[in-house]
Amino acid sequence: MLRVALSRLLQGLLTLLMTSVIVFVLARTSGSPVDLVLPSEATAAERQAYIERNGLDRPLPVQYGVFLVNALQGDFGTSLRTRQPALDLVMSRLGRTLALATLGLVIALVVSVPIGVLSATHREGAWDRVGQGFALLGQSIPSFLLGIVLILVFSIHLRWLPSSGIGDWRNYILPAVVLGWSISAGIVRLLRSSMLEALGAEFVKLARSKGLSEATVVWKHGLRNALIPVLTFVGFMYGVIIASAVVVEVVFGWPGLGYLAYESTLWRDFPVLQCAVLVYTAIIVSINFLVDLGYGIADPRVRT
Amino acid sequence: MTSADTLLQVNDLTVEVKGARGVGRAVDGVSFGISAGETLGVVGESGSGKSLTCLSVIRLNPKPASRIASGSIRFDGRELLELDAEGLRAYRGREIAMILQDPMTSLNPVLTIGDQIREALKLHRGLSRADETRVAEDLLARLRVPEPHRVLRSYPHELSGGMRQRVVGAIALAGRPRLLIADEPTTALDVTVQAAYLALLRKLQREEGLAILFVTHDLGAVARICDRVAVMYGGRIVESATTATFFSGAAHPYSRALLRSLPDVSKPPERLEPIPGQPPSVFAARKGCLFADRCPEVQARCRELEPPQSSVAEGHFVHCWARQP
Ligand SMILES: Nc1ncnc2c1ncn2[C@@H]1O[C@H](COP(=O)(O)OP(=O)(O)OP(=O)(O)O)[C@@H](O)[C@H]1O
Ligand SMILES: [Mg+2]
Repeated sequence: MLRVALSRLLQGLLTLLMTSVIVFVLARTSGSPVDLVLPSEATAAERQAYIERNGLDRPLPVQYGVFLVNALQGDFGTSLRTRQPALDLVMSRLGRTLALATLGLVIALVVSVPIGVLSATHREGAWDRVGQGFALLGQSIPSFLLGIVLILVFSIHLRWLPSSGIGDWRNYILPAVVLGWSISAGIVRLLRSSMLEALGAEFVKLARSKGLSEATVVWKHGLRNALIPVLTFVGFMYGVIIASAVVVEVVFGWPGLGYLAYESTLWRDFPVLQCAVLVYTAIIVSINFLVDLGYGIADPRVRT
Repeated sequence: MTSADTLLQVNDLTVEVKGARGVGRAVDGVSFGISAGETLGVVGESGSGKSLTCLSVIRLNPKPASRIASGSIRFDGRELLELDAEGLRAYRGREIAMILQDPMTSLNPVLTIGDQIREALKLHRGLSRADETRVAEDLLARLRVPEPHRVLRSYPHELSGGMRQRVVGAIALAGRPRLLIADEPTTALDVTVQAAYLALLRKLQREEGLAILFVTHDLGAVARICDRVAVMYGGRIVESATTATFFSGAAHPYSRALLRSLPDVSKPPERLEPIPGQPPSVFAARKGCLFADRCPEVQARCRELEPPQSSVAEGHFVHCWARQP
């Protein structure tokens, strides 16, 4: 187990390193920072001075080395727009995005786990149709559309919930529901099929033959097994909602990491964008790492 | 066949299965009784309805693929088919316990052995947590599981097939049942482990006065532990007799064919004689004797009329036109 964990950790670091190369190369090939940073009326001498000061005349690998060494020390440069350190900007936004994505994940689980289980236990019955309808809608309604519909209904028409910005807990609800919605369909469908498989297993027959209540058989013996394949999917989807929060944050004017990344792209604020992409990567790598560890806890067969 | 000390009495049990080709009868008018302390062996080819018969006793037959269509299942005088799900649950584990065929898949892979035994103890005996562990260890020790303390903390995948089947046995005994249904409990075990497991079942049965419904393909196992044998063919019981009578004087042509297909250890090895032909499909028309197409003694009426039960001797019944007195 320890060896697996270490090798996963190493893989994660490697992913991060490769992402940094890609991010660096993309940033450098999409235009010289000189044109971005200096005003267009800057003289040739000013340009030359900037290039020498920042080492932009040195070979690309050397520049990457400098970038990497700085990055390892937490220095991703300063925002071209606000002059603040890029890392500080990114970190100040990260918490909001994680809070929103986590709430979205919790909402998705709270709704889709019972639906998934009930559609398996009431196969071809009413619950199963509810689950199938839910899964179909979940797959066919894109999150930006759902976001707009929810704003129209709950903010503009009913005036129950704010449509944008941050304030109190009410600001979390609509964007978190939209984020949760985007992954619920997948959880319902996956859980339904793995639950059907678990309930058909011999150990469920044995559990019933012991005289256990149907609730214990389904929610303890069945679900514990059925959740194992779902765990990987949910971990992966947590990364997906963090990344796809860009759309939702823009729709709801939520000043999180996604919104920052969106703004930095519009402003061509490369230091911030680079930093944001690397932080995204680091988060997704850590989630995958945690999912692997969690898998080992959930399934004793892979623990050894 | 009903006697005063009959613990389980099944009469005219019919179980239908649904398939792509419509509805078939996988169990067709099966009747048998088991007394306390008795072992009834049920033998027959694959697909003859053995598993479905015993699963139906505690209504664990696969749903919605199968349905108990008619019949009566009396346990200790109580009609089980009249009970609702909750009422039946009171019998499961506590009065009637089950050992399934495959020890590799019949334990929950994500729960420890201890969890799975204690769960049954908690439900049926209401012990304190400390007592649960002690009793669980005792149970494992009685099933000759070495190091019960360590095994309680293991997961199923950490144990061998033989050990797992002993654990399943321990779970079955946890509720102190009066009837044990064992559906091919040794098929997945290797030969030496099989013999040990059978000896263990026999010993436990003597100690507890347990009745056992023992399903098997293996006539050797029947000879070792069964008091009586019922032979199933095409969802019907075609012959039932005491074990001794069965081995010395089986009457039904199908039983005799089964016995001939058994390798005789007292003679030098010779070729097995498989029974020619195929067993009938559950969806085939149920007319006459179902064995007629494969029977060496077939008569004209065999294909037309279902043979009635006739008594060969005290406690020895057969359904065969060729054995009509
Ligand atoms: N889940 C199911 N769905 C459809 N048909 C089934 C199902 N289970 C059993 N059957 C049918 O019922 C018949 C009897 O099956 P059963 O499992 O009782 O046979 P068996 O005598 O136990 O055979 P084996 O020795 O192979 O275990 C089979 O012909 C099978 O086709
Ligand atoms: Mg069977």
